[in-house]
Amino acid sequence: MDNRTRVLYVALLVAGLAAPAVVYPIFLMKALCFALFASAFNLLVGFTGLLSFGHAMFLGTAGYICGHAVKVMGFPTEAGILAGVAVSALLGYLVGSLAIRRQGIYFAMITLAFSQMLYFIYLQAPFTGGEDGLQSIPRGKFLGLVNLEDDIAMYYFTFAIVLFGFWTIYRTVHSPFGQVLKAIRENEARALSLGYDVDKYKLLAFVLSAALSGLAGATKALVFKFETLTDVHWHMSGEVVLMTLLGGMGTILGPTVGAFIVVTLQNYLSALEGWVNVITGVIFIICVLAFRRGVVGEIAAFLKKA
Amino acid sequence: MTEIFGIPLQAFLSQLLLGLVNGSFYAMLSLGLAVIFGLLNIVNFAHGTFYMMGAFGAWLLLQYLGLNYWFALILSPIAVGLLGVLVEKSMLRWLYKLDHLYGLLLTFGLALVLEGLFRQQFGVSGQPYQVPDLLRGATNLGFMILPNYRAWVVVASLVVCFATWYVIERTKLGAYLRAGTENPALTQAFGVNVPRMVTLTYAFGVALAGFAGVLASPIIQVNPLMGNNIIIVVFAVVVIGGMGSILGSILTGLSLGVIEGLTKVFYPEASSTVVFVIMAIVLLVRPAGLFGKEK
Repeated sequence: MDNRTRVLYVALLVAGLAAPAVVYPIFLMKALCFALFASAFNLLVGFTGLLSFGHAMFLGTAGYICGHAVKVMGFPTEAGILAGVAVSALLGYLVGSLAIRRQGIYFAMITLAFSQMLYFIYLQAPFTGGEDGLQSIPRGKFLGLVNLEDDIAMYYFTFAIVLFGFWTIYRTVHSPFGQVLKAIRENEARALSLGYDVDKYKLLAFVLSAALSGLAGATKALVFKFETLTDVHWHMSGEVVLMTLLGGMGTILGPTVGAFIVVTLQNYLSALEGWVNVITGVIFIICVLAFRRGVVGEIAAFLKKA
Repeated sequence: MTEIFGIPLQAFLSQLLLGLVNGSFYAMLSLGLAVIFGLLNIVNFAHGTFYMMGAFGAWLLLQYLGLNYWFALILSPIAVGLLGVLVEKSMLRWLYKLDHLYGLLLTFGLALVLEGLFRQQFGVSGQPYQVPDLLRGATNLGFMILPNYRAWVVVASLVVCFATWYVIERTKLGAYLRAGTENPALTQAFGVNVPRMVTLTYAFGVALAGFAGVLASPIIQVNPLMGNNIIIVVFAVVVIGGMGSILGSILTGLSLGVIEGLTKVFYPEASSTVVFVIMAIVLLVRPAGLFGKEK
């Protein structure tokens, strides 16, 4: 990590700590959860070269499990989140071991199909509340002491969780394991011929990404105190692709930047209702045609040139 | 009353027919996807949207120009195909040298835009479309009552599917197409205008989706969401069958429709997920897909 990057990270940390003084905390928490979700997704698409088009299933599953555990089964907050993450990771293992049996574009179609299957299951399952969703999930108390119903307390709780998620991703990407993932992204056949068990690495990356997406989903369910089918719908899977693409695939900060841009846009555009999808689609098309490196990717390329 | 596995025969047969009808749509859509993927290397996420636009085309032609079903069956796919030409020439063209995933992402964006525009214009409630006079009513076959329109859908789509198969596998045009799929550079070197062929292939693929849309319009309510609901199931169908074989696509589409229909009889709760479950089993047993070749 060079000095310039270190200064940037410290500045971001300070900004994150000070932010609730100026910005509405719920909005910040939403953006942070999506930032973690997109970063977890980026671990797959950006650093391993696997495009999952069904990542909403991990976000939503963890949200439902965490919500159900906390609300109905009376779990403490931390245990609820852990339960959500564990189930998401397990789901990631099941879906991942099937999906990595096919390469390239099939991988995207398989993940999309499985997430649609879960959507239908959650639509009918009794514990999800179907179309109404899971309402009034209690946030509980952190370690039984700090009341998280207070938005500021909840903000710092969320901030800590998301930081932990980012740290995990950063360490993964910069570890020998992460180097192997990049090798798979660049040239799978070569990685295989060098003796790496490519499927095992891909599956591990998939499970890790699913677990971290679950962490984002469980936290998000607590922030909003509800969980609905929106989080498992394929639109959500598309949204996380958009955040990552817009911010910059394969960059550390890109997905976070993309998530903040998209969440802010949705906030301002919500009055336009139906047009949101149209605008989202247009951004998608522009990104793919002319802006494939994303915001952070373009900035990095510019700095390299300068 | 005759019964089969405790289900009245009439109910069983009518679900079977319904399954065949859905299967025909799956077959036509996955066929179009396969043809497009073969030559363009793009998974067309907007395929469902073009199907929806085909259905809306029929409704609009009747509503504003007073043109009936039979005109729509020809005009609507042509209009959808022309839109396909526009899309291919203005956007997809720039992506052929890139990773496959960009094609999927671009067409995903396109699907969002088009679906969103139709939603803004027409809302999400369905528009009714009448069955054409000629095909109204039902025929009593003795053992079951056969609704004429449903029979027509199955026959018409089978004819279209097999005509497509014939053109691609048995004619000179199809030979060019297959050569282009195999090796575009070499085919072009032999004097075949590959870029134009690519455009026309995309247009044909989406026109096929538009045709399916017109066929579907009297059966289901015409609404902007109909396309993206079906496309994900069609993706699963494509994963199950593999995109390598034309006949394979047709057969897989039809049989999955039938299986889905029968699930509705025996265990309705699973009818929306059965195709995905089959996909999981196929991935376990035969990862390359039923008709796919291991690469």
